[in-house]
Amino acid sequence: MRLQAQGVQLAYDQHVIARDLTLTIPDSKVSVLIGPNGSGKSTALRALARLLPPSKGSVILDGKSIHDTSTKEVARQLAILPQVLVTPESISVEDLVWFGRHPHRTSLKVPSPADKEAVEWAMTVTSTVELRHQHVDQLSGGQRQRVWIALCLAQGTDLILLDEPTTYLDVAYQLEVLDLLHQLNQEQGKTVAMVLHDFNMAAEYADHVFVMKSGTLVTEGSPEDVFTADIIRTVFGVESKVVPHPVSGKPMCIPLRAGLRTQTPTALANC
Amino acid sequence: MSTAIVAQHVRRITTAQRYPRAVVGSLGVLAVVLSFYSLSVGATDVSMHDVLNAVTGNTSDQAAQIVVDFQLPRVLLAWLVGTALAVSGGVMQGVIRNPLAAPDVVGVTKGAGFAGMLLLLAIPGVPVLAVVPAAFVGGLLAAGLVYLLAYRRGATPVRIALVGVAVSAAFEAGIRFLLVRNPLDVSAALIWLTGSLFGRSMSSVYEILPWVVVLVPLVLIWARKLDVLGLGDDLAAGLGEPVERTRRLLLLFAVALASSAVAVSGTIGFIGLIAPHMARRIFGGRHLASLPSAALFGVLLMLFADMIGRGLAPPLEIPAGLVTAVIGGPYFLYLLVKTGK
Repeated sequence: MRLQAQGVQLAYDQHVIARDLTLTIPDSKVSVLIGPNGSGKSTALRALARLLPPSKGSVILDGKSIHDTSTKEVARQLAILPQVLVTPESISVEDLVWFGRHPHRTSLKVPSPADKEAVEWAMTVTSTVELRHQHVDQLSGGQRQRVWIALCLAQGTDLILLDEPTTYLDVAYQLEVLDLLHQLNQEQGKTVAMVLHDFNMAAEYADHVFVMKSGTLVTEGSPEDVFTADIIRTVFGVESKVVPHPVSGKPMCIPLRAGLRTQTPTALANC
Repeated sequence: MSTAIVAQHVRRITTAQRYPRAVVGSLGVLAVVLSFYSLSVGATDVSMHDVLNAVTGNTSDQAAQIVVDFQLPRVLLAWLVGTALAVSGGVMQGVIRNPLAAPDVVGVTKGAGFAGMLLLLAIPGVPVLAVVPAAFVGGLLAAGLVYLLAYRRGATPVRIALVGVAVSAAFEAGIRFLLVRNPLDVSAALIWLTGSLFGRSMSSVYEILPWVVVLVPLVLIWARKLDVLGLGDDLAAGLGEPVERTRRLLLLFAVALASSAVAVSGTIGFIGLIAPHMARRIFGGRHLASLPSAALFGVLLMLFADMIGRGLAPPLEIPAGLVTAVIGGPYFLYLLVKTGK
């Protein structure tokens, strides 16, 4: 396994988010980190991407501590798409995707054929080729997210980390983005690790799920293993019924409103 | 909404954005033409013919003397100061990610002016070459102070701008205090207060030249790093850029450029704000295209301001800094209103 966090403690200033967190991202699989707000899932992802140095423990990439490796070297092995993205003013799709080549280029060198190839390939697999001369700020939410993913792909890494890539997107765009990531995993063998909010989306697309709560890893495994009514109750404080998806057969969690619950709300609050 | 309607509104990349060289080239030609015209404007008007002869060294008459001794240094300084201020502002706007960032806004101009003036007053007869380093120290001090006061787990754009205004005001007060305590002659006072190219000689040109010649190419080499910083700290780091280190180095270059300009021409305002903003409107966040055109906008603005100052009511001199303030003030307000929305 190429990427793992070993007993890391994660903190912003003095505010500790996670203590002694250990997780291993399975290679060539789609993994999803899930958990309620404040569970530390985004923080964990940032640590895995070298954006947040752990105050204890270490993140290991290819057997080496990620913080002992230069940021440029890491960027050649691992791409990260943060949750908050800043679109530069009036930039074209193609120019934005070119940023993905940054870790491979030096200041004075002109782009190499390999750079051009990587950019073309990234735009092709994300179906953004025909958008190349358009302004990024004029695209639909789904198109824009595909362009950002193209940027990550142009980095040419096998590991791709994404922080809530579907948040704020309409359901059609959510599927557009997740289908693309699924396809990248299937056809290119990319390792995808992402933070998602929606457990049904996670169940549908993930090979491996990390369930987090209050900075600790509650459980991990296949969607079938982790999405049970018990775990949903423990982690999200929600009473639910888990049924197989009528088409895919993956687990589906259906939250239950007050009148349908077997337990009282006070019992829920205590769990 | 149907796709047909959407398609009508699709804005493609403009011609100017596709051909940055053509834009930079035209601006350059314009600046050269204006420079030659500027050589002929002054207390004594000189014919264009004499100007050309004087510049090529073909004549030794009195008109040529005026051109070479009085006008040429001013025009050369307009190029150097305009470039230094504009590139400095362009870098700051890119690094701080704030359209309102500029050497005057973040306190560098006043800090550099204060330090330069302090040196001149404290050590009379100090070699002029020492003024730039002194101004640099002052500019750095002001910028450092702003950064320190604005820093809270990273320094946000808004905090930097706000603290910058306060620090600027403090240094401005310092400059005024020094002027009151040590009455200088009128031209020197004008230079430190409003900024001017009045009475500058070739020695001023040599003072600022090395800074511009070294730092501007250095910044251009790093243009793509500036672009990457514009993507936000997390993505920039994800793309392999050591964000904090790159940011500090680029700011250092920007402070040095602005300080060298202040050392020779005083605190000329707004050029570092307006010129890069105009370039940004054409090229967006692509600094390899926007910085050279910002520099040329800066040159044009300086030439224009200096010419108006000289030509409006000769032999009276209106300081260039006053002219840029007249143009820049409303533009700054317009920016404030637009950014505030």
